[in-house]
Amino acid sequence: MRAALFGLALLAAAPALADSLLPAARYADVQLADPNQERQAKALMETVRCLVCQGQSIADSDAEMAGDMRSLIRERIEAGQTPDQIRAWLISRYGDWVTYEPTFGPATWALWAAPFLLILAGLWLARGRFKRRGRG
Amino acid sequence: MKRRLIFWVPLAVFSVVISVVGFGLYAPSDRAVRSGLIGQAVPDFDLPPAMPGRPGLSSAALRQGGPHVVNIFASWCLPCRVEAPQLDALARRGIPIDGIAVRDRPQDLAAFLAAYGDPFRSIGADTDRRVQMELGSAGVPETFVVDGNGVIRHQHIGAITEGDMAAIVTAYEAAR
Repeated sequence: MRAALFGLALLAAAPALADSLLPAARYADVQLADPNQERQAKALMETVRCLVCQGQSIADSDAEMAGDMRSLIRERIEAGQTPDQIRAWLISRYGDWVTYEPTFGPATWALWAAPFLLILAGLWLARGRFKRRGRG
Repeated sequence: MKRRLIFWVPLAVFSVVISVVGFGLYAPSDRAVRSGLIGQAVPDFDLPPAMPGRPGLSSAALRQGGPHVVNIFASWCLPCRVEAPQLDALARRGIPIDGIAVRDRPQDLAAFLAAYGDPFRSIGADTDRRVQMELGSAGVPETFVVDGNGVIRHQHIGAITEGDMAAIVTAYEAAR
């Protein structure tokens, strides 16, 4: 009896994850007809962050907003925009955080330069080592 | 002596790394995604009315007639119910609220306004979330203050609580 009541209560409870009652956006889960365009759109979606789930790309997310963003990307690709243009548009709205592929800029140059600087530092350290060995 | 000191350098570097990581771990996380358009002009948009008998919302309307408070909300959004009394209070103070209803239906919207109050001067229907994304808004509810020239001056993310009222009113007064 108690279990049945509990089950009923579960059924009656409103889901905490709020989604609208409207159907998914046009291209949220529908591929573009042109396979080449779809490939471009898919590649871009995999490097765009879902804004409401965080830590997932919009390609992986079931969130309604991610679906709306997938549809936006497919529609813009279909209209002839390049993935770079769409990424730049998203960054202008949501900041660098929205892309999983960081762009080169004042805030991110260290990220790109660090591997090369570290290799240079390593070579410099190793050089001293080789010199000493050569002398001995 | 100089040789001796250099042995401490790796430990010093290590401590710096540990303190940076430790600080990052214990600092309260700020997950809010801010709009990149603050300080910039409102992008062009023109939303149809979300329900009969109430005007929709366009960027042209935001560029005239003084500052605007634009509230992005939805009838299916629970925190929007939480902030409804604060929006009512703003409207009573003479600050009109212009709404953008995200993915909403007229009948749901009417029920929402009847239940939680109706401070809205206009409500645009953003059925496909295009304008929300155009404004750099990452969720509902969010509130923007737009100045008389149509420049976005302030963004509030999440439900407006009692404690947030002062900041909104200040931003509105400053946008005059």
